[in-house]
Amino acid sequence: MVLMKKKWQRRHIVEAVIKSVMQFSLVVVAGALGLILWTIISRGLPALSWDMVTKIPEGGYYMGKGGGILNAILGSLYLAAGGTFLAMVFSVPIAMYLKTYLGESKWGNYVRLSLDVLWGIPSIVYGAFGFTVMIALGMRASLLAGIIILALIELPIMTRAMDEVIRRMPVDLEHAALALGSTKFEVALRVVTRQMLPGITTAILLGFGRGIGDAASVLFTAGYTDRIPTSLMRPTASLPLAVFFQLGSPYPEVQQRGYAAALILTVIVLVISLGSRWLSSRLNKYTIK
Amino acid sequence: MLHSYSAPQQGQIMDSHIQVKNLNVYYGKQQALKNINIEIPKNQITVIMGPSGCGKTTLLKSLNRFLELNDGTQIDGEVLVDGQNIYDRDVDVTEVRKVVGLLAQRPSPLPMSIYDNVVYGMNIHRMKSDRKEYKAAVRHYLEIAGLWEEVHKRLHDPATSLSIGQQQRLCLARGLAVEPEIILGDEPTSALDPISSQNIESRLIELKQQYTTVIVTHTLRQAKRLADYVIYMYLGEVIEAGPAKEVFGNPQHERTRAYLEGQI
Repeated sequence: MVLMKKKWQRRHIVEAVIKSVMQFSLVVVAGALGLILWTIISRGLPALSWDMVTKIPEGGYYMGKGGGILNAILGSLYLAAGGTFLAMVFSVPIAMYLKTYLGESKWGNYVRLSLDVLWGIPSIVYGAFGFTVMIALGMRASLLAGIIILALIELPIMTRAMDEVIRRMPVDLEHAALALGSTKFEVALRVVTRQMLPGITTAILLGFGRGIGDAASVLFTAGYTDRIPTSLMRPTASLPLAVFFQLGSPYPEVQQRGYAAALILTVIVLVISLGSRWLSSRLNKYTIK
Repeated sequence: MLHSYSAPQQGQIMDSHIQVKNLNVYYGKQQALKNINIEIPKNQITVIMGPSGCGKTTLLKSLNRFLELNDGTQIDGEVLVDGQNIYDRDVDVTEVRKVVGLLAQRPSPLPMSIYDNVVYGMNIHRMKSDRKEYKAAVRHYLEIAGLWEEVHKRLHDPATSLSIGQQQRLCLARGLAVEPEIILGDEPTSALDPISSQNIESRLIELKQQYTTVIVTHTLRQAKRLADYVIYMYLGEVIEAGPAKEVFGNPQHERTRAYLEGQI
């Protein structure tokens, strides 16, 4: 019998090295997440109180007096929800158009390249761009301007994520439905939508996650205020900026509240991503892999 | 529907269900079917065979107007089902596909439950009026497809939870549920294991009393097992067509003989 004892050939060494590199990167990623969570929890949790999430800043809040950041929590939710909705209104048709008319053509791939470039543009650039346009139009910082800029930031992410989902739509599936005598509209409504819904949900929540966490773009466009926004034309606070301003304070209590605000933001993002996972696994039940 | 053909001449079929007349199909500039003239007998199994790339599938897909799903396909000629040209301008393509069902090469269940897969077609054609009727119909067609026993306890599971052989029988049930007159099969067993293939073949044989069946196959043995009527194609042309006994027993054409002997 041939001896099957392990010989340390080059290919075995390569495998061992690659495997340890992968394990190392897992440790780095998980470790970074753990450290971030530990930091915001250990510093933010003591400052977290019922007042934090139910009240707006009272006089002297930024010097350590009473109040909370309800203005920023609501502001962020308004901004991200509005931006996500607006981005969705545009990205669904763009993704459909890409699939239906441009396909894998030269122009289709130019559009995809443009979206990828937009995806990579830093949000401060979006903010500065929005600010320039607002000055030209004579607009002031407002919830509406913040929503528009967030929509611009989310649009490429959402569109590309949807595009990838739609591109993976199996053509056999359409044919199966057509073979039963469906009209194209019935195929789109009853089959294609069902198949793609989980992917589209994921794409939308990906955009939302990006939008709610963005500080630089809303700094220029939405401004900051201690009030809860009552109109689209008024400025609004947001959680990332609440973190930023409070951490920059010389008062330790205020800094702690900054960590608490970060904790709130993280919890919101966490709830949304867990919710989306749950939702897409439910929607995923019937999809064809 | 009209029966427009006259008294059968020699070599013609007594009771033909489908007639293909002067059919030419082009994919761009390439001609895929050359002047096809055939008749397909009612309530029998017709097998289209020939080497790969000979136009078998193209001919099959001309029968349910699936060719027009590809851009740049040009179709000239007529396909008459019960005497009516399905390519006529005032013909509703969804009605054609309701009458002419298709069993694809690979089963492709819709992204819904087993139950809803069978209901889908009946639902879009508004064939049943209430839940009870749908339930009864689902059972009926799953029984015909020989799947009921295996799935009746998990009708609301995803169709993808079935094995591939079961999926193909589900696709058969789904296709039969819209009450077609004709069943097309595009190598319907080529993706299946031998037992599942056998299962599908027995279904097709059971069903041939009620349905006109047209099967494309690349396996000669399957053709011999199934066929009542045979169409042999080569390079986009029909070389020979006739009752299975005659074509297999005494092929008239050199090419058919060569194919049957395994030379092509």
